[in-house]
Amino acid sequence: MTSAPASLPAGHQNAALSVRGLTVALPPGMERTHAVQDISFDLLPGQILCIIGESGSGKSVTANAVMGLLPKVIRIEGGSIVMDETDVLSAQPATLRGLRGRAVAMIFQDPLSALNPLMTVGDQITEVMMAHGVGTAADRKRRAIDLLTEVGLPDPELMYHQYPFRLSGGQRQRVMIAMALTLEPSILIADEPTTALDVTTQAQILDLIRDIQRRKGMSVMFITHDFGVVAEIADSVVVMEKGHIVEQGSAEKVLKSPEHPYTRRLIAAVPHLTGTDRHPPLTEKVAPVLKVEGLMKTYSSGSKWLRSYREVKAVQDVSFELAPGRTLGVVGESGSGKSSLGRLLVKLMESDGGKILFEGTDIAAMKEAEFRSLRPKIQMIFQDPFASLNPRATIGHILTVGPVAHGMPHREAREAAKALLTHVGLDAGAYGRYPHEFSGGQRQRVGIARALMFKPKLLVADESVSALDVSIQAQILKLLDQVQQETGVSMIFITHDLRVASQICDEIAVMQKGRVVESGPPSRIFLDPQSPYTRELVAAIPGEERGEKPTH
Amino acid sequence: MPAFLLSRLWQSLVLLVIVSIIGFTVLNLIPGGPLAQFALDPGMTQEDLDRIARQMGLDRPLPVQYLDWAGKLLTGDWGNSFRDGAPVLQVIGRHLWATFLLMGSSTALSIAIGTWIGIRGATHRYSVFDYTATVGAMIALSIPTFWFGLVGIYIFSLELGWLPAGNMYTIGDGSALNYLHHLILPSVVLSLVNVAIWSRYMRSATLDVINQDFVKTARAKGLTERRVLMKHVVGNALLPMITLAGMQLPGILGGALVTETVFTWPGMGRLFLDSLGYSDYPVIMGLLMFSAILVILGNLLADIVVALVDPRIRLG
Repeated sequence: MTSAPASLPAGHQNAALSVRGLTVALPPGMERTHAVQDISFDLLPGQILCIIGESGSGKSVTANAVMGLLPKVIRIEGGSIVMDETDVLSAQPATLRGLRGRAVAMIFQDPLSALNPLMTVGDQITEVMMAHGVGTAADRKRRAIDLLTEVGLPDPELMYHQYPFRLSGGQRQRVMIAMALTLEPSILIADEPTTALDVTTQAQILDLIRDIQRRKGMSVMFITHDFGVVAEIADSVVVMEKGHIVEQGSAEKVLKSPEHPYTRRLIAAVPHLTGTDRHPPLTEKVAPVLKVEGLMKTYSSGSKWLRSYREVKAVQDVSFELAPGRTLGVVGESGSGKSSLGRLLVKLMESDGGKILFEGTDIAAMKEAEFRSLRPKIQMIFQDPFASLNPRATIGHILTVGPVAHGMPHREAREAAKALLTHVGLDAGAYGRYPHEFSGGQRQRVGIARALMFKPKLLVADESVSALDVSIQAQILKLLDQVQQETGVSMIFITHDLRVASQICDEIAVMQKGRVVESGPPSRIFLDPQSPYTRELVAAIPGEERGEKPTH
Repeated sequence: MPAFLLSRLWQSLVLLVIVSIIGFTVLNLIPGGPLAQFALDPGMTQEDLDRIARQMGLDRPLPVQYLDWAGKLLTGDWGNSFRDGAPVLQVIGRHLWATFLLMGSSTALSIAIGTWIGIRGATHRYSVFDYTATVGAMIALSIPTFWFGLVGIYIFSLELGWLPAGNMYTIGDGSALNYLHHLILPSVVLSLVNVAIWSRYMRSATLDVINQDFVKTARAKGLTERRVLMKHVVGNALLPMITLAGMQLPGILGGALVTETVFTWPGMGRLFLDSLGYSDYPVIMGLLMFSAILVILGNLLADIVVALVDPRIRLG
């Protein structure tokens, strides 16, 4: 073991995992030379240690280094990682393989891509036992079914023979957890295991991890960017910024009295449910910008003819009104129909019934050619800032191509674009650059500027902050709020995150299975939810003090 | 799945009808027409030609001719060759197996080697092996096959005298060994290009898979690198290759015109070329239908195999 920094003791004798002076280099040409630099921490037996930081802080690199799973181009320069009396960094590949799956197991962020699509759930679980030569075929199968039962999957016998694509995200993450638990490892590394999940599913998975950790006395290293999640499960916390540990200590201490400004900033960035409304309710009657009546959309697949016909009612009889300059939040889990609703409103998809009255005109019935002149007035901000900008186009082109197509002179478009870029917090120099030169948060600013180029009356933001770190989320929400104050644009804000919705919405509609089950101002939805589904959603929010009304 | 197959089969039939109509029409629009070969005979008078046309039913309107031809096609009568009067199916059959021998062996060889090079190139990306394979593939792809054929004949037949320069067997010697001896050179020459193609496709397919999360999951389980590669990476990387292999089927039975010509291999490619030279319309139409059926069959087969291998398609 190399010498430890002064701030830490030489390492707990009984630590399940002990990291000392770990330094990992990045390949040349990256924005900094090291992914992590001289970091030391201990994971104590039977504890949940949260490593928190924004993207690029080096938290995932740390997790992968512990597993010995770093890609070859990322080199470890120094330090030690000791578990089970073995130094992972100097161990032979065969020794390391023996540890993986048996002494330490890992679950990943995206359950949709973490399972082999061609193998059944059962095969993927028994493979762990096979790799370590445990049990006979019959034993392994029995154990796999026990595990599937243990992680709370319905009908384990059937699940055993199921392929991953048949399971939901939450179910797949349970399979991953079952797989990780197979050989009862003493350490579980969870790399943002709930970030890709809905709030309610996230709450269930967090419960499951905590419950299993307690029952088995496992040590868990939990990577996250969300202090809400930390508050839910952590025993101790390590805060990372740009490859360095800026603060570590017990969860209680770090959460209640954070010392480092970065920690304070991260904690402050966690959106909380606000019980107060943004604007006082409208007193006089204003003509709504958007009025939706009985909107319907049904997806069908297969052929009636061949009896493979299936129908999904994505949007059922949805009605609401949106006043000028106000924001309506549409909240629900995946599959609730909220994104379908968004697509219907901007006519990326045709509705099957109902009316969409935009400034008094029914756009639902319009042909594409008629609607084209209205398109500039209704704009969309997309979810994934990485996929929604054309990588081969400059920011300038992305911003101006639409308005120019609608007849704005080039020069005017260029001036407007540059002005807007400054307005959304980028500099005008961004005009000639390409999307890959920007971070996720910056790209989302570009996305907002793109939508604003048209001087729209209505913005539809579909999960526009959910791919971003919590701290960046807060900045983007602030920007959207500022834009609305200045331009008076109305907004439909689609999200699965109630905390986010409470920050920016004047009115919230909760959707479940294609229907709006409850709607009203945030104060009522959050403090006095009427429908059981809304209550469930509110209860699932991580990091909120239960039974205590938010004060600000 | 049967439902899906049924609809595919139905589409295929419609496609075949369209292909046959277009083929038949275009062929009959070509100047010269089916009588051109008879007109070459200096003793032929216009009356003779008219008589032949009447006998062969060529004086009837085109749609009638088509329906007559198509009707017979369904009963298995693909017409008779103008050249020697033999039934078209028999003519095709005579050449089919020569082509199958050459193309089959070459395809098997190139898939095996190409897949291996592709996987190794992806797992050892930017290594000497990878660069060599990349450059080699570019060279093989940019030089025409006949050049490799001629160089092969020059070196191995003329200079070294190890391998025969052409034909499928030595007349009078029908042993398997003799066939094999004749097969080596054309088969390897034909494989050069295909190995290049397969290795490129397999390399990029493997690279697509190798960075997926589930491969990391597999490593995190403590699997050996070999099992990670064979079970998790290659299994998934081969999926798109199946479709590609399906598209090769018409090639396997359709013959390679250039290679067969260079090596005087009596396969389908040669038959097609010769039939064109003789304006042997029934055989040309027969070959056209045959290859159309093969294209459809190849794709259908690929779809079935993909469905068998990929649960998302089988059950989804």
